[in-house]
Amino acid sequence: MPIEVHGKLLDTDEEGYLRNMHEWSPAVAEAMAADDHLTLTPDHWEIIHFLREYYREYQIAPAVRVLTKAVGKKLGPEKGNSKYLYELFPYGPGKLACKYAGLPKPTGCV
Amino acid sequence: MLHTVNRSPFEKSSLESALRLAKPGSALLLLEDAVYAAVKGTVLEEKMREAARRLRVHVLGPDLQARGLEEGALIEGIGVVDYRGFVDLAVENDKVHAWV
Amino acid sequence: MQGVGTIKRFLFVNRRAPWGTGYAVEALDAVLIAAAFDQDVSVLFVDDGVYQIKKGQDTRAIGVKNFSPAYGALATCDVEKLYVERESLKARGLGEGDLLVPVRVLGAKEVAELMDEQDVILSF
Repeated sequence: MPIEVHGKLLDTDEEGYLRNMHEWSPAVAEAMAADDHLTLTPDHWEIIHFLREYYREYQIAPAVRVLTKAVGKKLGPEKGNSKYLYELFPYGPGKLACKYAGLPKPTGCV
Repeated sequence: MLHTVNRSPFEKSSLESALRLAKPGSALLLLEDAVYAAVKGTVLEEKMREAARRLRVHVLGPDLQARGLEEGALIEGIGVVDYRGFVDLAVENDKVHAWV
Repeated sequence: MQGVGTIKRFLFVNRRAPWGTGYAVEALDAVLIAAAFDQDVSVLFVDDGVYQIKKGQDTRAIGVKNFSPAYGALATCDVEKLYVERESLKARGLGEGDLLVPVRVLGAKEVAELMDEQDVILSF
C-alpha cells in the first residue's frame, strides 16, 4: 500500500514499511505517524534519528530490547526504558519507530 | 557430546573439522555421504583409524547399504548403528552437534 | 519480550564463507534472535566461516546487501563472546588484524572445551 507524501506516492510493504529506504524524508515519518493518529514531537525525533544512525552503522534495525538498552546508554536511563518508549510509540517502539525511520522491520522482532 | 557429519569428506571439510575439534571421548556418527569415510582403502584411512582410537565412531548402516559399502570393509573400531541406534546415541549424549 | 524463560548456553558455529550461500546471513539472524530472547550466546567462526568477519567487504558490485557491519551490532545485543579458531585463520593467511570485530582466538583444544560447555550447538 503506497503512502502519499507531498503528492508523491511511495511504495510500502504490507505492514507499511518503506520499500526503498532512500525515499525517506522527515515528511515520510510525519505522514506515517499521521496515519497512526500520532503527532511527532522532538522526543519522537530523537528516537527516530537514533535508529537511523544505528542502521547507518550496522545495516540492521535493532530489536526493541536492543533499542531500549542502546537508547539508555546514549540518552540516559530515563529514556532507556520500555515505559518511556511505549508512551512515545504506543503500537510498539521497535516496529513503529523503525517504520517511521524508514528502516526495515527489526530482526528478531520481539 | 555426539557429533554428526553427513557430508562426503572428499567434498567438504566438515569431517576434518569435526575430527580436529571434537573432544576426546565424544561420539561421532557418520551418516549420509560421510559414510564413505568409514571404509578402508581411502586416503583418509589413517586419519580415521586414529579418530577411532580417540572418539567413539559410529556409522549409519542404512546409508552404508544404500551406497554398496560392506560392513566387512569398515575400518576396525568403527561400529555400525541402525536408525534406532542413532536415536539412542542422540538420547545418551547431552547434546548433538550436527556439522551440516 | 516479557516473562522469565530458561537461559541456555547457545553456541553458533559458522563454517561457511559469507557470499556463496545463504548460511552466514541465516546464522546471523539466528544469533540476533537468540540474543533478543536473552540467551547466553557465543559465536564461533571456523573454516571458511572466518571470512564472514573479514574487514573491507563491499558487496555493491555483486548486488547483494552487505550484512557484515551487523557483526559489529552484536555487542549492542550483549553478544560479546566471539571466537575464532586459530588454525582456520592461519590456513587462510589471516590474522586478528584482518577481522572487523574483536574476537578471542582459540586453539583446537579450547574450541573442544567451548563446545563442551554449551547446552545447544547450532552449526551453519
